[in-house]
Amino acid sequence: MQIHISTKDGVPIYLQIVNQVKYMVASGRLRSGEQLPPVRRLAEDLLINPNTVARAYRELEAAKVLSTRQGAGVYVADTASPLARREQTRILKDRIDLLLAEARHMDVSVEDLIDLLRQRGELIK
Amino acid sequence: MSANVVEIQGLDRRFGKRTALEGIDLAVHKGVVLGLVGANGAGKTTLIKHILGLLKAQTGTVRVFGLDPVRHPAEVLGRIGYLSENRELPEWMRVGELLRYTQAFYPAWDTHYAQDLLTLFELNRGQKIKTLSRGQRAQTALLIALAYRPDLLLLDEPSSGLDPVVRRDILSAIIRTVADEGRTVVFSSHLLDEVERVADVVVMIHEGRTVLKDSLDAIKATHIRLTVRFPQPLTSPPSLPGVLSCTGGPQEWTYVCHNGLKDLQQEVDAVHGLVVDSAVPTLDEIFVSRAKGHTSPEGSLCDR
Repeated sequence: MQIHISTKDGVPIYLQIVNQVKYMVASGRLRSGEQLPPVRRLAEDLLINPNTVARAYRELEAAKVLSTRQGAGVYVADTASPLARREQTRILKDRIDLLLAEARHMDVSVEDLIDLLRQRGELIK
Repeated sequence: MSANVVEIQGLDRRFGKRTALEGIDLAVHKGVVLGLVGANGAGKTTLIKHILGLLKAQTGTVRVFGLDPVRHPAEVLGRIGYLSENRELPEWMRVGELLRYTQAFYPAWDTHYAQDLLTLFELNRGQKIKTLSRGQRAQTALLIALAYRPDLLLLDEPSSGLDPVVRRDILSAIIRTVADEGRTVVFSSHLLDEVERVADVVVMIHEGRTVLKDSLDAIKATHIRLTVRFPQPLTSPPSLPGVLSCTGGPQEWTYVCHNGLKDLQQEVDAVHGLVVDSAVPTLDEIFVSRAKGHTSPEGSLCDR
């Protein structure tokens, strides 16, 4: 599981993990029922405090993204799919907000921004 | 019985005329990872030596596992795994001999765990300690501190002077012990990135005094880095509440502030500034700000 932690982020480490796991589930990189590394393993791989990993896993479990099987580990929850759609929308909204802020800074109108989006969309097709 | 593994109250320490520690209060709860940061000579090693009972408190009290480490050295030291800054090891021994020698002192020595660490660190039992590389010395010293599963791990600059690969191995081994139940870790380090990743609580010492002592979460929540743009170039930027340091100029100045975060926007408005960037500073930035910047008296120049 490819998680990248940065202390320069400003975002607390546990939240970085939460966000990245949610993203991977939403984008299909983590499938329903797939097992995640145990707390200790992930802590050693990322070189962070195990409590931080435990906290992230707890939050993901509360958000029903992960589920713990008694003594058998941590897995992506089966009910992850409806969450995926919501999570995807949230991620895109965040990206859009950033884009809008930048455009505003540069005095670019929303209409011009939409034109630009369409142009790029055509190119990528 | 206190759940505090280490309890220090009102500790002072002078060496002749020089004050090494002043008014240190510290309580380390069981299972906590505490990061001790500070400039060279700030007092970190002196503090650690008091915990080990190598130095006796001149004023105040030091209790480890509820005992005075100076009066009960055997009981206290038997439960502490210590990694000294100099990695003091008997040069004439071979690695395997050192392991057997240390094992004789500690009934809780776990031979399987010691072997696991030996394999992990790729150390050779037959190798003479005086021929070990710097990294191997650190690994060996850490191994004998870990192998009897001490209740308290006391590490003085565990990563100092090591290449990234060895640092990773050592940090990984330390994290593994944290994952084991009940282990308490106190480590001093200049590598604030590591402290930020691993510590629950951070204590910052400056010239023998505690200048910051809080959970990492709280520290991050109460500090801010703000870049403010002023309408004209300024040689003397205005002070902001809780300012620790102020750099940049002439028109854009970057402040690192502690506390008073709520009033900050108003204050910036009051001095006709525009916030162009705002972020949570890293522990490194906080440390440098405290060490180099001065807390400005009202309305005076922030230090460059």
